[in-house]
Amino acid sequence: MGLYLNPEPSRRNILGLLAAAGAGITARPAHAAPKVASRARIVIAGAGAAGLAAASRLAARLDGASITLIDARKAHFYQPGFTLIAAGLKPKAYAISATRDYLPAGVMLIEDSVAVFEPQANRVRTVAGTVIDYDFLIVATGLQLDYGAIAGMETGLIGREGIGSVYAGPDAAEATWREMARFTEKGGIGLFHRPETEMKCAGAPLKYTFLTDDRLRRAGTRSKSKLIYAAQNRALFSVPIVSEKVRMLFEERDVAMVYDHVMTAIDPGRRIATFRTPNGPAEIGYDFINVIPPMRAPEAVRRSGLGWQSGPFAADGWLEVDPATLRHRRFPNVFGIGDVAGVPKGKTAASVKWQVPVAVDHLIGTIEGRISTETYAGYTSCPLITRIGRAMLVEFDYNNNLVPSFPGVIAPLEELWISWVMKEIALKPTYIAMLRGQA
Amino acid sequence: MKQLDPMVFIAVFQEMLGGLFWPLVVFIVLGALAFIAVIIRDRGINSHWLVRAEFVALLGGFVGVGLMLWATASSPGDLLGGPIDWLLAAAIWIAGAAGAAIVSYVGLSLAHHARR
Repeated sequence: MGLYLNPEPSRRNILGLLAAAGAGITARPAHAAPKVASRARIVIAGAGAAGLAAASRLAARLDGASITLIDARKAHFYQPGFTLIAAGLKPKAYAISATRDYLPAGVMLIEDSVAVFEPQANRVRTVAGTVIDYDFLIVATGLQLDYGAIAGMETGLIGREGIGSVYAGPDAAEATWREMARFTEKGGIGLFHRPETEMKCAGAPLKYTFLTDDRLRRAGTRSKSKLIYAAQNRALFSVPIVSEKVRMLFEERDVAMVYDHVMTAIDPGRRIATFRTPNGPAEIGYDFINVIPPMRAPEAVRRSGLGWQSGPFAADGWLEVDPATLRHRRFPNVFGIGDVAGVPKGKTAASVKWQVPVAVDHLIGTIEGRISTETYAGYTSCPLITRIGRAMLVEFDYNNNLVPSFPGVIAPLEELWISWVMKEIALKPTYIAMLRGQA
Repeated sequence: MKQLDPMVFIAVFQEMLGGLFWPLVVFIVLGALAFIAVIIRDRGINSHWLVRAEFVALLGGFVGVGLMLWATASSPGDLLGGPIDWLLAAAIWIAGAAGAAIVSYVGLSLAHHARR
């Protein structure tokens, strides 16, 4: 997951960036702008990466506003670390901290969840029954992992019967590593796939396939194994040029590929996954599988009337926002950022990194009576790990263009150590700085 | 909006190194100052100490690269991904070598004066 580089670098920037050993972030920190006096009541639903980063930037730029974060979960998860945990490269604790560690001064945190959004009345109701009125609402609830949509699957199975699942949290990532380690001792059939819904970090299923391949090779059991990647449509990745590169690498690593396979059921006893295909149901047996559930907007968001009402994002309730400004298309005092935003690309921390300053500037622009000119072009990034020690620094935008931060220096489609080094040591510090509004 | 800001890098390096960040900055600055101070005191560079410091520097460069490989769970073969990887490895080697050379040169000078 996510990286936080500069989509429009100048040559001077590149030298400075490289001099700083590729820590690679260039957005202006929140403290650079003068403070705006305001009594606005701003509610942020969700205190994950997007919610906390937005709260930090708003707190730094507004003087006198009431900023309220609402999130029931006390722990904060560094989700880009999940694949590293699930590959035995980091301990579980690597991804776990506390939301309050990043709470900016002057921002109130209500440890509860939004049960009902009432955008016509400009208020939200929490599960505990508290009613909170707002002038501006930022929806940053993240998404819901719908394990129940795969017949026979439940989170209790993760870490048993050859079943792993990287996304369900640090515990699940660690349990997935235990199961993958067991698998690499003997080898067998490793099965990988992705859902047909929008998903967070669409590179992770590919990364995890590469990491399992590498672990098998290191354990000396690759020759006794078969790896299968079941794509949900005709591509391995939504960006065609990246998809083609991954196909070449999969062929080189002897990973079999099947297309148009959407997982519908799993039978843990028989170790068989069932897929919907254009030719009817297909069964594939496995010794180890990384299950990735369909992903949707959280139920409260789906019921809120804030979701898209037609088009590709309607069915799963993704928030109807303008892709360039993240402002809601029907409720101008509502913004949607992070995973819940119904935009074409980028449910990653890198997207959050570039969405938040844009949404915040539009919100503050409205307070000041000016129209912000900031836009978000869909920049997102995926340090696509291809083996332990190497990664491809893939950065792209809404239009499937590659937008490398270091053109001519760090090739986006090459397996490089520098890209791995960034993922390993620079991304988490950058992410934490982002939460604090410093990056 | 998209411009280089040194504050961002300081923030990131602070998060990266945690409590080590400021002590490390102080150590680097003090090391550099001490190097300049002994050169001024000795009225030039002593070639005997410099040669010995350069031997230590060779080792320091490899220690630097080794530390980076260890910290990133990488193996030496990973350094050969492409030219930018060689440059990064060389930069790390040079940083390790320079640090080791300065520290050992200052140490030799101080030890010499302490004996006299």
